[in-house]
Amino acid sequence: MIRFVPRERTPVWLTLAVSVGAGLVALLLTAIPLALSGAPVLQSFLFMVQGAAGSGFAFAETLTRATPLIFTGLAAAVAFRAKLWNIGAEGQLYAGALATVALGAGLLDLPSYLLVPTVLVGAALAGAALLLVPVFFKMRFGADEVVVTLLLNFVVLLFVQMMLEGPMKDEMALGWPQSAPVLDEATLPKLVPGLRLHWGLVLAVACAIGLHVLITRTVWGFRIRAVGENARAARYAGLPVSKAMALVGLLSGGLAGLAGASEVAGLKGYLTADLSPGFGYAGIVVATLANLSPLGVVPAAVFIAAVFVGADSMSRAIGVSNYLADLVVALSLLSVLVGGLLTRFRIVLVRREAA
Amino acid sequence: MWAALEILTQANFWAATLRIATPLIFGVLGALLCERAGVLNLGIEGIFVAGAMSGWLAVYLGLPLWGGVLVAALVGALFGLLHGVLTVPLGLSQHVTGIGVTLLATSIAYFGYRVAFPNVATPPRIEAFPPLDLPILRDVPFLGPILGQQTAFTVLAFACVIVLALVLARTPLGLALRAVGDNPEAVEAQGLSVVGLRLGAVMAGSALMALGGAFLTLSAFNAFYFGMINGRGWVCIALTVFASWRPGKALLGALLFGALDAYQLRLQTITGGAVPSQIFLMLPYLFSIAALVLVARRADYPRALMKPYFKGQR
Repeated sequence: MIRFVPRERTPVWLTLAVSVGAGLVALLLTAIPLALSGAPVLQSFLFMVQGAAGSGFAFAETLTRATPLIFTGLAAAVAFRAKLWNIGAEGQLYAGALATVALGAGLLDLPSYLLVPTVLVGAALAGAALLLVPVFFKMRFGADEVVVTLLLNFVVLLFVQMMLEGPMKDEMALGWPQSAPVLDEATLPKLVPGLRLHWGLVLAVACAIGLHVLITRTVWGFRIRAVGENARAARYAGLPVSKAMALVGLLSGGLAGLAGASEVAGLKGYLTADLSPGFGYAGIVVATLANLSPLGVVPAAVFIAAVFVGADSMSRAIGVSNYLADLVVALSLLSVLVGGLLTRFRIVLVRREAA
Repeated sequence: MWAALEILTQANFWAATLRIATPLIFGVLGALLCERAGVLNLGIEGIFVAGAMSGWLAVYLGLPLWGGVLVAALVGALFGLLHGVLTVPLGLSQHVTGIGVTLLATSIAYFGYRVAFPNVATPPRIEAFPPLDLPILRDVPFLGPILGQQTAFTVLAFACVIVLALVLARTPLGLALRAVGDNPEAVEAQGLSVVGLRLGAVMAGSALMALGGAFLTLSAFNAFYFGMINGRGWVCIALTVFASWRPGKALLGALLFGALDAYQLRLQTITGGAVPSQIFLMLPYLFSIAALVLVARRADYPRALMKPYFKGQR
């Protein structure tokens, strides 16, 4: 008989091994539908690796794609730490993007060193405001935040479409629903001339380090973790649970909002309704792969980004649908969840007589 | 103003209400069956997609329509088995696992569709369920045209409401299912298997969810489109709370939602573009959120919902 014995401590190498292993298992499992579809399996994977990391240019593209995923991964990680199930990062990303265009496309006439921070703060606040509504509903009425954040994603996307077809439509864009471009003063500069990589990546990594310090080294980080471990015990212990939840909402929604700002002001230059191909949902996978550790989010985001970029390039090369990437991402999430059992339990074989 | 009220007198409006409500009836029944047994199934959105795609593909490949329905149900049950194994005996987070099942089911369905049809400009079609058009109904004023437009698939949804209500309320199995979501220790003490009951409920519930998806491709439309589910699954999760986990109220909630959705579509044409269409399209989602928030305080959640159960451990 197999028994799960809870572990007192989990060695760091095991946590790392589980995450890496889960990614590999996901890739292996993807080989099954790939083979069933009649595609050359090894060649497909080779094209994926080449497309994601085969050259400096390819790797820069992967890092560019990883940038929003770091933000949304951090958003999910900090929320899930406190057991606030924010599944609305997708909507909060669009709220941030909308704020970026609203502030950065001509409304404010400021020099760059003032306009960029203003736009970023505005985007973070927009994302945070969108999450604080379900947090309020949860604390005040006991309404499940999962469903509310999920449904708000659809509301926000419709709102974005409405703005892009109405008040925010760029008249110069030949009827295509997109916003006016953000001013040069509001644009995040490129990191390397000639590449799409921009300063959003630096900001994302800085946020990861900042969140790590906040969670592990400060009183508020302790409170967030305590609320996540056991909200009732935290309340009995006199911790300000509502304030901690509000802070989590502010951080999580703000980070997701920054993902939108970084994509618009760093990469695209304007807003369209298809800005995000599901970065918000992929952030959940990134955070889970990282075992909810802010520093772990960075490599996890690079992995997921590599899967997306690699699948795109493979799809162009041999015509296998790039929905394969979504398959790898979904399988990574489920594999790391199952693998997580290894970090929380020791698996012991017991003889039936002995039990 | 008068035109806005006149909508309510149109047989077409009520026929559309039933048509929009049908997949939600399946979805809410499926969600409440899982949750009554203590398992939140956020795989619902993806299971809708997988049901829509697999049922449609089966018919496209030559199976009869009811064969497609069966295939969808089996595919749903299979994803239910996955969600059930991960959350019941392994006790993993029901939230995150459910999201994982949604991502997996959606991506398998989309990838499978692209493999089957690499480059199609217009989605291939099938011969969908025909309207019932029963001779006895034809002459009934008002109700006749409303019911005559529905298909046998909608009748199946109503039948499922009745069957599930009876099973839950009147049978030993129903009692055990309700108990396993409220007090699993008591079920174990009766010598019944908590794991078995929960797994069974999640599989059956997921099969119902997949039927909701299949209705869209086999009855409401006759093709599969990317993004055709568009949050319908999540709406069902909200409606389940609104329905306080009862099949009868689930039917009511789905019909209310269907009426609202059908109404906003007609209101759009009346206002003739004076109000942006997106405002109307937001209404069903906002309605679901409002319904959830309003009933949340006094919602009688199954007491063991989202609490994994391990034998011999409190």
